[in-house]
Amino acid sequence: MTNTGEKAIIFELSKPGRVASNLPALDVPDVDVASLLPAGFRREVPAELPEVSELQLMRHYTELSNRNHGVDSGFYPLGSCTMKYNPKVNEDVARFPGFSQIHPYQQEETVQGALQLLYELQEDLAEITGMDGVTLQPAAGAHGEWTGLMLIRAYHASRGEQRTKVIVPDSAHGTNPASAAVAGFDIVTVASNAEGYVDIEALRQVVGSDTAALMLTNPNTLGIFEKDILEITKIVHEAGGLVYYDGANANAILGKVRPGDMGFDVVHLNLHKTFSTPHGGGGPGSGPVGVKQELLPFLPVPVIVKKGDIYGLETNRPQSIGQVKAYYGNFGVNVRAYTYIRTMGPEGLRLVSEYAVLNANYMMRQLAPYYDVPCPQICKHEFVLSGRRQKKQGVRTLDIAKRLLDFGYHPPTIYFPLIVEECLMIEPTETESKETLDEFINVMIQIAKEAEETPEIVQDAPHNTVVSRLDEVTAARKPVLRYTKE
Amino acid sequence: MSNVLPNLKYSKEHEWIEVIGDNKVRIGITDYAQHSLGDIVFVELPGVGDLAEADESMGTVESVKAVSDVYSPVSGEVLEVNEALEDDPEIVNNDPYGEGWMAIIALSDPSQLDGLLTAEQYEALIQEEE
Repeated sequence: MTNTGEKAIIFELSKPGRVASNLPALDVPDVDVASLLPAGFRREVPAELPEVSELQLMRHYTELSNRNHGVDSGFYPLGSCTMKYNPKVNEDVARFPGFSQIHPYQQEETVQGALQLLYELQEDLAEITGMDGVTLQPAAGAHGEWTGLMLIRAYHASRGEQRTKVIVPDSAHGTNPASAAVAGFDIVTVASNAEGYVDIEALRQVVGSDTAALMLTNPNTLGIFEKDILEITKIVHEAGGLVYYDGANANAILGKVRPGDMGFDVVHLNLHKTFSTPHGGGGPGSGPVGVKQELLPFLPVPVIVKKGDIYGLETNRPQSIGQVKAYYGNFGVNVRAYTYIRTMGPEGLRLVSEYAVLNANYMMRQLAPYYDVPCPQICKHEFVLSGRRQKKQGVRTLDIAKRLLDFGYHPPTIYFPLIVEECLMIEPTETESKETLDEFINVMIQIAKEAEETPEIVQDAPHNTVVSRLDEVTAARKPVLRYTKE
Repeated sequence: MSNVLPNLKYSKEHEWIEVIGDNKVRIGITDYAQHSLGDIVFVELPGVGDLAEADESMGTVESVKAVSDVYSPVSGEVLEVNEALEDDPEIVNNDPYGEGWMAIIALSDPSQLDGLLTAEQYEALIQEEE
């Protein structure tokens, strides 16, 4: 079955003369455009904008928006992305006029509340991560990684050291080596052992006087906690390198263990993952970076400071790496994260991690009889399955993901981490009820049975979506990026 | 079952190496590699004249699933690259050992060939992985 619920695009609905707007009568003198703009800048033919009625416009976009999938519409167990529910109180607070109607160039004394919020958010994040200082400028996770690596570069340079290599495990998020490369480092990969942990002996082999940093996620992308983390950070420190914490998986550790106490020197957090700010569809994100004492002088300017009871912006920091984002980061997003932290409180944040870990372990145990579990030890906030068994029936992990669409789920992350064959990476998050988890588990069991008994149902999925399987290969090889009118 | 040609040498990173003259080899990725990657949508090759280093990345292949490095199995100067792959990456899927070749390299250390896998050894390796 091939579903073709494709919709006409707005340009195809156009009929000459229809308008969706009703402008008031002109109350200023009418001026000929020709008298204002030189000929070279004037259109010779009118822009071919779509001409539709207001009702057509509303129906068109309402229908498109109904085709979206978000956490508000359904379960979204996308591993490593922490697609948790974003409480609506965050939205209310971000819309307070004192936050939404101020300008970044306003005098500091007129925006004391906004500066106080940013300052307190920095303090909260420093406490949560065990760091000594935080910048809120980076716009998202990878930007935070890059900022952190530039801080590490500046730190080594200030000590007259030329350190050119950044070590990443083979299970790392792809952004780790990418950010290190953009920051001008060479990448060294260190293998994982059979249990999914960093191979300590392999790490000893690759660290040296050229090691700038090791980048690590803990829990790692297999969802397991690097139990030898203290030894790992010690090995890198003894070689003179720093250790970077990729905070993508911080939802597993809130209030339980802190990167600073594990020996990490630099950390980024994804507020759009762990701290319930909007995620996906452009967010925008926010990727604050925290550092230990030795790296404070290099933080991006302006730095938000508190002197007595007055908050201000400090720019005179000669060793700073400079500004990494216009103004002070994605302010509205940071307001939402602050609201979340203050709503939850320390006990609430601890429960976040406890429930996230409980939900993931429950789901993993329930699915273990039906799918291969490459790392059977207790997981943290997420776990990986392998579709090896199903592959023998001719059903690939991609097919399983497509079949999940038929049941209204956003599929888990697939084919990542790269070290697990036919990988499915599932992160249920703490905000889902046991009923939702059970429904998803039952569907996964049903799909495992279908793979054995009626594999074609899975191979040809999805059947119930607006369009069936898309031709991803042609889309990637020969993308059509621009609409052209027939 | 993936195809392994008897007259080629192989690397653990799933490249094949064909000796095509005095200290000259042609390199590509194996049938097993193209099959594991799935439909390849983009191939990035080294530049002619670049110095490839054994076990270092010399290019990338991107499929709908993942982006992977292509590791050079030997060290030496890149003499030719298969530019046809830039426009038609699917050639690697269709004919990995023939039209889908990636680069020709002048060996700087011919003894490196001795460290590569034979067809039988490579077949054993992929059987283990499967």
